[in-house]
Amino acid sequence: MDLFITLLKAFVVGGLICCVGQALLMHTQLTSARILVLFVVSGVVLTALGLYKPLVDFAGAGATVPLLGFGYSLAMGAMQGARSDGLLGAVTGGLVRTAAGIASAVIFGLAASLIFKPHAKR
Amino acid sequence: MNNDKKTAEHRRYDRMVKAMTPGSDDLHGYIRAFWVGGLICAIGQVLSLFGEKVLGLPEGSDGMFTSIALIFLGVLLTGLGVYDDIGRYAGAGSIVPITGFANSMAAPAIEFRREGLVLGVGAKLFTVAGPVLVYGLSASIAAGVAWWLIGGMA
Amino acid sequence: MMKQTIAFNRRLALRARASCVGPKEGQGPLGWCFDRVLEDDLLGQATWELAESEMLRRTVALCLERGNLPPDKLELLASGDLLNQLMPSCFMARAFGRPFMGLYGACSTFVEAMILCGAMIDGGYRRNAVCAASSHFCTAERQFRSPLELGTQRPPSAQWTATAAGAALIDTDKSPAAARLTGGTIGRVIDYEVTDANHMGAAMAPAVADTILAHFADTGRDFRDFDRVITGDLGWIGRNLLKALLEERGVAVPDEKLADCGASLFSQEQDPHAGGSGCGCVASVSCGYVLRRIEEGAWERVLLVASGALLSPTSSQQGQSIPGIAYAAALEADG
Repeated sequence: MDLFITLLKAFVVGGLICCVGQALLMHTQLTSARILVLFVVSGVVLTALGLYKPLVDFAGAGATVPLLGFGYSLAMGAMQGARSDGLLGAVTGGLVRTAAGIASAVIFGLAASLIFKPHAKR
Repeated sequence: MNNDKKTAEHRRYDRMVKAMTPGSDDLHGYIRAFWVGGLICAIGQVLSLFGEKVLGLPEGSDGMFTSIALIFLGVLLTGLGVYDDIGRYAGAGSIVPITGFANSMAAPAIEFRREGLVLGVGAKLFTVAGPVLVYGLSASIAAGVAWWLIGGMA
Repeated sequence: MMKQTIAFNRRLALRARASCVGPKEGQGPLGWCFDRVLEDDLLGQATWELAESEMLRRTVALCLERGNLPPDKLELLASGDLLNQLMPSCFMARAFGRPFMGLYGACSTFVEAMILCGAMIDGGYRRNAVCAASSHFCTAERQFRSPLELGTQRPPSAQWTATAAGAALIDTDKSPAAARLTGGTIGRVIDYEVTDANHMGAAMAPAVADTILAHFADTGRDFRDFDRVITGDLGWIGRNLLKALLEERGVAVPDEKLADCGASLFSQEQDPHAGGSGCGCVASVSCGYVLRRIEEGAWERVLLVASGALLSPTSSQQGQSIPGIAYAAALEADG
């Protein structure tokens, strides 16, 4: 039952965050690249203001899987780095914390380009 | 061009265009984005629990495991030619999750393979991810420095 | 004021026509009328661009074959497409090794080429000429929009670039031909400050209205003189905008006489959003369908008005609005 509630929270919160993106997609001329940038920067700002962590605690992956969560990780890393290592940590902390995601996206993307070919759309 | 500078005729044409253009099907758009986006997040939650409970990953590493697994899935579905169909159906539902970020790197890399490994794949991998990293990282550094300054004062 | 319309003096025969389309276009409502329907979007080539060039080459070759003109007798090849520096057309022309003029008029290119060929022959500088144009969904997507595998959603006003090519051979031979080219109207660049690159029908409709009105003013004709006025690539929304613009200027538009290539190439079920677009759309529909209808005697006189949205990735990124242009060609049954 606990598992179900946890999943439900992730589903609903994640879905709602995507609906915000959908509103931007349908009612503005923003491209998906701009929407992604907007979400990451918003995630950083919300986290820095202390507003995003409660949502992560509540919804788990529902808050960390959307790109807002990438901003959350960047900001958490930078702020924790600042606390432990001072100014240097503030500069490096964001990348350190998100390194796994960025590195895997690079290596998987590179591998995919060598394996797959683009498909024509019908 | 600035809207205020448009001539009266062009503004009138704008209104005409708006009146004759059917809008997006809002309700369906939201429902699709909601369930697909929610499902991707729920899958992320399952992966996170799997990492934590079954693999016994330490606190923090389960998040990394989830990111890597979802990015792998996003790239794989992109390569198989499925992710663009999901995107066409779900819109932001598959753009906003981290799988969408993976898609935004893999899609141009695959598309521009024919322009070579360096300026094709290597450069185009970052067409969308580049701006995301530039602004996300810059914002995080600003947040970290602000935190450092506040901490220094306290 | 200088007239925009040329009335050709010689009898310019549309000697032969050829069209070739991709698989999706072949499944559309006009699928039956094209000469070739490709089974593979890549045509066995290494890249999409080479595939488009090969499709165009095959179409021109078929057109010459139909017109019984050996390639080495061809005196002018005028062709264009959507890509940077006209890669498909230039590479196609390399294969023929005949006098070549590359043209860019975005989706209006086919009619632009037709008017140029007509003028060159009418002026006595050439005895025959082929006008051609092509577009390919996959090459246009990667140049103008996004990689094929990127999961994005486009609004209902967006148009679908057709994978298609068309070619027509024009000459002055006395023998009976399917149709004649009797006049052409050279459009002006018109910009109503539409900035939405996903709404090209809206960006182009004012240019189409301008060219149609110029043709009517120069020749004293109106809708009653034509069996059809066929526009290129306005799509369903753009077609209705054009009708409204013309009616605002006091031109009665009989609904059944106004058709659009982009709105005819695909059915709504194929989800092409607002309709087809691309140089190949007008070219293939003209060569596969419009000239066929004239040949069959169904239509006596048609005004073919192809429009182009003159945007580029650079102009869009710099926040500029989308200028439009339209060229009109008057086609008549031979007889």
